[in-house]
This record gives sequence, C-alpha cells and structure tokens, in this order.
Amino acid sequence: MTISARVDRRQFLRVSAIAGGGILFAAQLESLSAGTAWAAPLTDDFVPNAFIRIMPDGMVTIVAKNPEIGQGVKNMLPMLIADELDVDWQNVRIEQAPLDTTKFQGQVAGGSTATPTNWTPMRRVGAVARAMLMTAAAQTWSVPEMECETVHGVVTHRASGRKLKYGDLLGKAALVTPPDLNSVPLKDPKDYRVIGTPTRGVDVPSIVRGKPLYGIDVTVPGMLYATFVKCPVFGGKAVSANLDEIKTLPGVKHAFLVEGTTPVTFNGLVSGVAIVADSWWQAQSARKQLKVTWDEGATAAQSSTGFTAQAAELAKQPAQRSLRKDGAFDSALGSAAKTVEAMYYYPFISHSPLEPQNTTAHFKDGKLTIWSPSQTPANGRRIVATALGIPEADIAINLTRIGGGFGRRLTNDYMAEAAWIAKQIPEPVKLLWTRDDDIQHDFYRPAGWHYFKGGVDAAGKIVAWRDHFVSFGEGTNFASSAGIGPNEFPGRFIPNYALDTSVMPLGVPTGALRAPGSNGIAFAVQCFLDDLAHAAGKDPVQFRLDLLSNTPIVDPPPPAPPAGGGRGGGAPVVFDAARMRGVLQLVAEKAAWNRQSLPRGTGMGVAFHFSHLGYFAEVVQATVAKDGTLKVDKVWVAGDVGSQIINPLNAENNTQGAVLDGIAEALAQEITIEKGRTVQTNFNNFQLLRMKQACPVEVHFLKTANPPTGLGEPALPPAIPALCNAIFAATGKRVRALPISKTDLKWS
Amino acid sequence: MTVTFKVNGKPATVDVADDTPLLWVLRDTLDLKGTKFGCGIGQCGACTVHVNGTPFRSCQRRITSVQGADVVTIEGLSTDGSHPLQRAWEEIDVPQCGYCQAGQLMSAAALLARTPNPTDTEIDSAMNGNICRCATYLRIRAAIHRAATMKAADTNGSGRRGSSGEPHSLFGEEP
Repeated sequence: MTISARVDRRQFLRVSAIAGGGILFAAQLESLSAGTAWAAPLTDDFVPNAFIRIMPDGMVTIVAKNPEIGQGVKNMLPMLIADELDVDWQNVRIEQAPLDTTKFQGQVAGGSTATPTNWTPMRRVGAVARAMLMTAAAQTWSVPEMECETVHGVVTHRASGRKLKYGDLLGKAALVTPPDLNSVPLKDPKDYRVIGTPTRGVDVPSIVRGKPLYGIDVTVPGMLYATFVKCPVFGGKAVSANLDEIKTLPGVKHAFLVEGTTPVTFNGLVSGVAIVADSWWQAQSARKQLKVTWDEGATAAQSSTGFTAQAAELAKQPAQRSLRKDGAFDSALGSAAKTVEAMYYYPFISHSPLEPQNTTAHFKDGKLTIWSPSQTPANGRRIVATALGIPEADIAINLTRIGGGFGRRLTNDYMAEAAWIAKQIPEPVKLLWTRDDDIQHDFYRPAGWHYFKGGVDAAGKIVAWRDHFVSFGEGTNFASSAGIGPNEFPGRFIPNYALDTSVMPLGVPTGALRAPGSNGIAFAVQCFLDDLAHAAGKDPVQFRLDLLSNTPIVDPPPPAPPAGGGRGGGAPVVFDAARMRGVLQLVAEKAAWNRQSLPRGTGMGVAFHFSHLGYFAEVVQATVAKDGTLKVDKVWVAGDVGSQIINPLNAENNTQGAVLDGIAEALAQEITIEKGRTVQTNFNNFQLLRMKQACPVEVHFLKTANPPTGLGEPALPPAIPALCNAIFAATGKRVRALPISKTDLKWS
Repeated sequence: MTVTFKVNGKPATVDVADDTPLLWVLRDTLDLKGTKFGCGIGQCGACTVHVNGTPFRSCQRRITSVQGADVVTIEGLSTDGSHPLQRAWEEIDVPQCGYCQAGQLMSAAALLARTPNPTDTEIDSAMNGNICRCATYLRIRAAIHRAATMKAADTNGSGRRGSSGEPHSLFGEEP
C-alpha cells in the first residue's frame, strides 16, 4: 500500500507499508537553505531526503545519508529525526545510505555544512512522521488530536490516560494524510530529549571489535588487488613500461598503461600504470620491478624555492588585483604613530588521512558497482562516468565508513582509477594506494605569502592595514583553496584598508584541507594583529576587542562573487562582531588571561577566527625552554556555533581534534616541491601529531540565539596563531613562517 | 612457503611469498580486517598486533618470522568486546574516524598487561608510536586510565560490566 499526498510541487511525502508490517516514511523536502546566507550545497539534486522505518516492535530504523569521516554525522542527522519523532535513542537503529540522488540531497562531507543544511529539514522529517502517528491514535480513540501527546514512542490521550505504542499504529498511520512539511510544528528546544544529549558513536562497538567498516575492508568474492603508479611529477604521463615482464611476475593477473584524461585533470583519471594481482602484496612486489618511461611535462620546472623567489618578486611589484579598498591606506600609514611591516608564510601541507586512498569496483554486464570512502560520492560518480564514458545511471556507489577525510576525499581521483581498472577486467578489484602514493599525490593546502603593512595611531588604534597576498592561480582565478575573500577579517573594521593579491601559476594540485583558506589566513592575520598590538603597547585581548567594537563599513550590494577559492564560493556572509566579542571574552575569562604572572619562557597567546559560520577564540599557553624546545601546555577554546550543541560528546571530541590538528600543522608540517614532485614520502618525514604532543584542550561553547552551524572545521584556524602568539609572549620571538620547527626559538 | 602459527588461539597455515608482511596475511589471506594499514614502515602503529604477548607492527614482521608464534589481533582481544579497554573506549566514546583505534587498543592492552596502573607519562611513552590523525589522544589517555580502574575492579570482583551510564568527564581523570 502506498499513499501519496502531494502538498505542492516541491514537497512530497510518501508513506508505504513494507514487508514485515512496518511503515516507511520517505520525505521529499524543499530545497535546503537553512535560512542563512551560506554556500550552496555541492550537489543541486532535488530529491527525497530521509527515511524512517518503524517496525511493529517499536524499533525504528533511521537512514544516515551523509558520508561518515569521523565528524559524527552518522549520529547527528538521525538524532535530529529521532528527537522530533519522539522515540528513544536506544530504540533507534542506524543504516548508512548508499549514494542515491533520487532519495537524498547533499550526500557530502565537507564545508561543515551538514548541521546548517539539515538542522531544520531533518527535524521536519521526524515531526511529520510523529504527527501522522498522533493523528492515527486520535482517530482510533475518536478524540481531538490536540488532546494527545507523544513521548518515548508512545501516544497518550491526556484526559483518559489511554496509550498506544507507535508500533501498534502503523497500519492506521499509513492511511493518514501527511501534514505540510514546511509548517509542521517543531518542538520547543526545552523539550529536546535526544538533541543536546551526549550520544556515543553508533559504530564504536564495531570499531573496538575490529569489525570491517572502512573502504579498505571491503571484500567482494573473487576480487583482485591493484596498485596504481603515477608519474612523480604532477601532470606527467606514462609513455611506456615493461608490462610484459610485469605480467610474468608471481600473482600478477593484469597490467595496464593508463593514458589518463587530456587535458590533465587531477580530480579525474590521471595517467599511470596499473598492476592487478591475486594479492595486494604481490601487486606491490611487482611494482618494485616496474620500469616506466615518463613524459614529465612542464611542472618538472617548478619547485618550492622557485615559488618563494617568485613571491618575493611579485611582492615588490604593484599587486595584480585589488580585492578591497577602504579609505586611503598610503596617507594613513604615512601619518601613523607607529608602523609595522611583516611577511607571513605558510607552506604546502598534506591531508594524510590514516586510511590510504582505496576503492573497490566491479564492472559486470555493463554496470559498475563501487565501494568507496568518498566525501563527495555524487561528484565521484560524475568523474567516473566521464573517465569511463558510461552513463551515471549505470554506476552504483556504496558508502563505507571513512578513515579520515580532512578534505582529501572531496576529490575522487582514486575512485576513477579503480573504476577504470574494473572496466578492463572481468574480476572485481580493490585498488589501494601506499602511504607514499597518498603523500606524493595529494591535493595540497596551497602555500601562501602575506606581505603586511600596518599602522597604529598615538592612541593605539589601527588606522591602516594592507595585505598583499601572494598566492597561486592564473589571471583572476585562484588555484583551488588558494583564494581569499574581499570581506576577510579585518576587512570592514579598519578605516584605511587594502587587500591586494598577486598569483603565480602552479602545476601542483591543491584542494580544501580542513578549514580551507582559513587554516593559513588566520595564522597570518591574527599574528600580524599581535604585531600591531605589541607596537601599540596594548593587551592583545583588549586590542582585539577594541577592533571588534569598531563600527563596520557597510558595503553596497556585492558585485559578482570572487572567483574560486574553495572557501564557500564567496557567498556574502555577514561577520557578526558581537558574537566574536562574546567568545573572545569567554575564552579570556576561562584562561584567566592577564590574571596570573607566568615565568619567562612561558606565555599565553590569543587568536580568533570566523569560518564555516562558526566563531572561535582560543588561548594557548606554551613554554619554550632556553634551548628552544617548545611545549604546548594547554589550549582554551570558546566557540559560538549557535543555539544548540546537538551531540555534546561528539562536539567536544571534534573540537579538541580540530585544535590539535591545527597545533600539528603549526609544529612541523610542510610539503616541499622539487622538480615538480613532492619531496616527502611518509610519516617519518611528514610529521603527524603524536600522543606526547597532545596537550589538554578545554572546550566551552557559548550558546547564542542563532541557527546551529557546523563544528568540523572552525575550531582549527585560531589554534595556529594563538600558539605563535604564545611563543612571542614567552620569548619575544615572532614566528613568521610555518612550520614553527623552522624558527630557532632559543633564548637566554 | 608454508607458515603455521596461531591467530587468536586458532591454528592457521598459509602459503605465501616469504617476504609477505604479517599484516597482509592477516588482512587478505585470513580475512581479519581489524588490523589496519596506515604507513607500511612502522611509523603509525595502525597495524599493531601481539606476537607472543609483545606488541609489534605487523607491517614490519615477515610472515616467516611468526612460524609457530601466537598472534593476537584486535578480533582476539576478547571474544565479546568485554576487555576493559574495549569497554572504556565505548564508555568514553574515544573514536572519531576510528581507523587507528585497533592499533591503539593493542598497544594499550600490552601496556596494561605489564603496567596495570600507568601514569600519564607511562601512557604517553607506550602510546607515542600510535598515530591518531583525528587526534583523539586526550580520550585515549582517559580511556586507558578508565580501563585500568575497570580491570582492577574486575579483579576485585566488584567490576561493573558493560558501558552503561553517562559518559564521564574527560578532565581531572586520575588513575
């Protein structure tokens, strides 16, 4: 039995009786905007959005639609539904959805977007189902619905005390006309029972038992294993290889020269050599005997030292573009009481999620089935369809749990490789990269150079600020994640302000790394602010509060959005200085800022940053020994992501992780390019954070009357400048280039 | 060549190339997918297993070196998820992505076996070879302390099994 109630063209709710006596709610939702100005979802598919399945025994299955990379979305989205449905969390089972653009929207892990885009729609999904169950109960008792209420999966008639469990109402509920999805009443937040309750990760029991969950764990009967060797120089092409010899090696079943797409598309099928064997180790062993002739291409002429030299040249010349200009910077600087000039630099870095890139694929009877740890499976399907020349309709993608994302798996190059190999052979195949493959073929956080000049007046107020940001790109286009927006703070808050940019071409792939753009810009801006605070003789917290209290310049309606940048497409997002003042004051209070005297060599630094709709201020205390050994003692965090922390247990974990991720980037991470290839190879020369470096991170959330927003990213950026500013407070030494390990911190 | 050893108490005989690392025998020959591949050079600890009771990076152990040995993987840490570390990991909700956690648990189990009540410093030393890319280190530390308490309570016969109750504070946790 299927009952459809068409509310309007954009809404549709279907209730179906299903096998086993349960009912299923499939809600098709309006286009998601969450009511705030923010970047559009990465997919524009408009389709049904969530599922609830209620069984006669009262058990509820909720489908989790988004890829789980460790951000906790597999709990979070179902929690929103469960709360409005009014069922107990312990009676909820969660199922991971496959990619299905006919049923779900926005199956993406990226941009800290899951919370703001789903906060209202997912609650509505639950609320509509609850309303139908309540109607069914009221009809059973012939009483007005308004006399009924729900809790714990039971409808109660208040006056008579009669009760009906959801599981007993299924047949009747399936006949109820669904209420309007857009006007269905939602709970008063004080009545939340699941939202706001610490909820443990649904996969944790399986994780601690070593159950197969991840892409790398997928097993398909009869499958072979593949390794894919790419040119060490980015954009290089395989010309020839000793494939005949490779094919004779133990276990090797197939070997291919892969031409790759032309022109080279890094987020697509890249040229290389694929070796397929009975076991992955055999494929790896054969790889050691592989001899490839590469056409290295033009990028072989590029290097990190060359980029730095070019940046210095570009900085001497007039900027290529002006992104923002307020007042008169030059004359204001000229009349400033004190001026500071500084260049801040951050290097390329790698994502290095711990699960190496992999995908399992099987091409059979013209249909391709894929199991992949992808943050953007819908984009992956498009890329695979293009690379293989088959229709998207013939490609099915199953989502696995993902061993870390950080933005690396927003691109689907590895999916394209596995799919291409699968199409050549009858067997299913699992492609798995080595760690070296991963570090040497990443979409790196691009390096950046900020050439600052600033001035303060006699009262210690900033009167002039210029950033000549040297980055990568061509013409008016920034390379992916190498951009900056015209409204980047402190734009609008300083009367004489200039944000200028120059770019140089880059043959190295770049992409979004957790808090893209922000993870470098915050370091530069918040450290230079500290420079100016010091020049002004002001307390760094008070100096920032004063700046945030300036009346912001109100811009006319924006012209065309800035090109590229990977930071949310340049959608005009209004920065709310009052919210930032709130978290800055809170973190200063929690860290007892300025209320204790610290010994020489120990210092506190502060920084704040707004990204992904989240407001974060952080204080780091660090100690530098006389020999220059750095120890991060503690981090205090204050964040404002709106009115509600949906899963406090996960929010704390995620925030601590983001902060420590920032600390890790700051301490030692650097990718260098020589002759068009990446120098670093593995965790021995690209350093991830280790246990001994993990300092306490104390997290506080300031709840404000704003819609809830995401937590995957915005806590990261301030950690880096707060640490560098702490080092300055401890030693008087200013870190102007990352990683910190490059700066000699010795003092006496 | 043929190698015979025990995995999680059960005998296993495999016929693979001599230089095959134990990791790939466990994962691809014996279909024990709990042990993870992270770096292949013994830097990350995701592949940690116990060989005759001692933690080793299985990516660095040739299969021939475990002839006759007793190998325990995450799947054999307990039969039912009841090892105090598994219970503590669940109670404290340690994982984010979770990929490294099997290796973390195996290193932590070896630590608790020889140091039943470790200090923070002892934990940091024992666990420094295990990378968590999500940086769940604070919860790992707290969960090891918690497991030590649970284990002591189990030994005293007063241990509460399972992981019910509210998740507890991660700060101020003392062994």
